[in-house]
Amino acid sequence: MVPLDWYLMLGSIVFCIGMIGFMIRRNIIMMFLSVELMLNGVNISLVAFSHYLQDLRGQILVFFIIAVAASEAAIGLAIVILITRNKNTIFIDEINELRG
Amino acid sequence: MINKIFFLYFAVAIVTLSLVIITRKSLVHSVISMLALFFHIAGLYLFLNSEFLALVQIIVYAGAILVLFLFVIMLLNIREDELKEQYASLWPLGVSIGVVFMIALLRMPAFILGSKGVWDIKAVTEATNTGAIGQILYTEYLLPFEVASIILLIAIIGAMVLAKKRFVK
Repeated sequence: MVPLDWYLMLGSIVFCIGMIGFMIRRNIIMMFLSVELMLNGVNISLVAFSHYLQDLRGQILVFFIIAVAASEAAIGLAIVILITRNKNTIFIDEINELRG
Repeated sequence: MINKIFFLYFAVAIVTLSLVIITRKSLVHSVISMLALFFHIAGLYLFLNSEFLALVQIIVYAGAILVLFLFVIMLLNIREDELKEQYASLWPLGVSIGVVFMIALLRMPAFILGSKGVWDIKAVTEATNTGAIGQILYTEYLLPFEVASIILLIAIIGAMVLAKKRFVK
């Protein structure tokens, strides 16, 4: 039987790697991928809790997190397409004016 | 013992793939590594007796979100040989903040687990994970379910309105 701590450690390591990726990459699509990585780290912890506490509410929450992550990725990428169409760059250090 | 070997394979593969994802220069390489990562996470969900979530993960994350990423990368027409800078200028600070946070998370003192619920492995296997999630989702969590469907509707409409071309007359 795998202890619960191992799953929680794995979830937190994946979350922190996503956070590091969000902070060091200045490419907007890489930042989106790091956000998805953070959400998956949290999902791993929630499903592990749901299994070890013998309650299904963790899995319900993961279901909603996956749905919200999908809609957030869709809208975020639509905004990215619009911004790079105007500015012609994907580095967010160069997108530093509020007016398009 | 076999359980731990399986889990260690999944854990090492997941951590290695996530490190690969954040350090690739090419975007398509990162997205393909993310595909492999999602399959490993789905395998971990299978290990935790939740096959419905494993399938939802593969269908939604690997099958829809990553395909969306690949389409956007294609539409943005990013020339991979022109990607000049790949890391932020202050990247040691970011890495050290992340590492300190990771050490703080891993060294958390042990907490006391809450009380166990009713859905033990036998009950979930008898009702099949899909049936068990259905029993709870449509009775106790009906309102969040409807709100999630409205969120998806707003996402569809918003993405279509944002990304269509404006035809100049």
